[in-house]
Amino acid sequence: MSDTARAARAAAKTPAPFDVEAIRREFPVLARSVHGHRLAYLDNGASSQSPNAVIDAVDDYVRRHHSNIHRGVHALSQEATSLYEDSRDRLVRFINAASRSEIVLLRGTTEAVNLVAQSYARPLLRAGDEILITHLEHHANIVPWQMVCAQTGAKLVVAPIDARGEVDAAAVEALMSPRTRLLACAHVSNALGTVLPVARLVASARARGIATLIDGAQAIAHMPVDVRALGCDFYAFSGHKMFAPTGIGVLYGREELLERMPPWQGGGDMIRTVSFAGTTYNALPHKFEAGTPNIGGTVGLGAAVGYLESLDLPAAHAHESALLAHAHAALGAIPGLSVIGTARDKAALVSFVVDGVHPHDLGTILDGDGIAVRTGHHCAMPVMEFFRVPATARASFAFYNTFGEIDRLAASVERARRLFGRGGG
Amino acid sequence: MELADLYRDVILDHNRNPRNFGPLAGASADVEGFNPLCGDRLKLHLRLVGERVEDIRFEGQGCAISTASASLMTESVRGRTRAEALALFERVHALLTDDAAEVDESLGKLAALSGVREFPARVKCASLCWHTLASALKAPAPQSLAAVSTE
Repeated sequence: MSDTARAARAAAKTPAPFDVEAIRREFPVLARSVHGHRLAYLDNGASSQSPNAVIDAVDDYVRRHHSNIHRGVHALSQEATSLYEDSRDRLVRFINAASRSEIVLLRGTTEAVNLVAQSYARPLLRAGDEILITHLEHHANIVPWQMVCAQTGAKLVVAPIDARGEVDAAAVEALMSPRTRLLACAHVSNALGTVLPVARLVASARARGIATLIDGAQAIAHMPVDVRALGCDFYAFSGHKMFAPTGIGVLYGREELLERMPPWQGGGDMIRTVSFAGTTYNALPHKFEAGTPNIGGTVGLGAAVGYLESLDLPAAHAHESALLAHAHAALGAIPGLSVIGTARDKAALVSFVVDGVHPHDLGTILDGDGIAVRTGHHCAMPVMEFFRVPATARASFAFYNTFGEIDRLAASVERARRLFGRGGG
Repeated sequence: MELADLYRDVILDHNRNPRNFGPLAGASADVEGFNPLCGDRLKLHLRLVGERVEDIRFEGQGCAISTASASLMTESVRGRTRAEALALFERVHALLTDDAAEVDESLGKLAALSGVREFPARVKCASLCWHTLASALKAPAPQSLAAVSTE
């Protein structure tokens, strides 16, 4: 990015009233129609849409700068390398990491958790050691730990949730034992919306010498994240849930820990020297970035960070909170509808079930009205089991959503209830 | 895409009031079907006497499409021979997946399932029970079958 563009971006930071229609104009997909209705995209928890700033940055990279990075001396390779590394710099600032060494670019949250499981936890774990997670984790923050437990003889310990879908910090602390090596938990639950008391949990874990990994996939686009203020050892998130393309994500790790960890995949870019007698590894963060990375995705992620920084983020987050309150009110008025997940501190998503209407039928009816929601188990089967539902419908919001879209959602749910309901309602 | 074509009255009726729903005493096969994508589980109970499906019932919790499909299936295969039931499975499978498949009167109420093929995301909802049935009828020892999965 040129200096003038940077200056323009800085100037754009001046707070202005939150104008959702102006925001929507930046997201081309929001103008399309689906089955003859204007799209109401309420599936941001699964994947969010990209603004022009991201689309244009990726387009410009592919059209003008595409090349491999960290290799050639030619102009395009140098341009691609600086675009790629410029994105890393932006990410350092965005989450307040201490340095570039702490930002590992990966495919997404899932890969980040697997990296920590295999490269940090596996060499450390002894039979009888414990990994502590919570009951509301996404499968991506359960299965990698089950795998490393099977490899090492360590034990997976699961902290409970309550009927609201909240995680009681004291209950988690009660499960921290002298054998606990790592606490891995979500910042925000993808299935319930619960915001976990991560600051307290991280502090408690640190005081006991327990390492911490926070799955920030559902938090990063919806609240300020300052990894050093939080004090966690690892923080993982995905680009495509923060308005960037799919296939790119971040593992933040404290340098001291990353330094001690062995590489996780071998290949080009992660080495310093290779001979048949042995290989020396590259410095952080490249040690963990074997092979040609997702350069275009990284450029898009950097642009998404730039876009977010250009917004009045407190106003955007306040708008999301207002959307959540409106959704609770509108959906709560529908007879037979139960909200699953009623935590007092909740991100902007609503999981719900309707008596007599299976979530998949609901999803199809809503789709027919141009409304996109997620239906299913949300990769959180233990949560579904806890609430004794096979699946839920989930509407998850971004700051580009409107109150009108939520009213359409409620009207469409009511129509589905009348269609399927016993006795016609 | 017409929602009314997917949720026809026959489908809505069999969803609200599923036929042959519940356990089956003296079943010779109890086979489980599972759709890992949506978490739907279905249990199919069969009483086979010789080559004939003497009785068939189902249990489980699923969407309207999967419930109605299973309900319609039990009605249409009860009393049929193994070969007839498998032939019906092939016809319904074609009905759900092949745009060129003909919908004729011989299908009876099963023709109501033809709307599903316009909704690719929902085809597995309708086909789960049929795949479960076919696996049970093709297995030499259906009682020991592992759960049938759509994936």
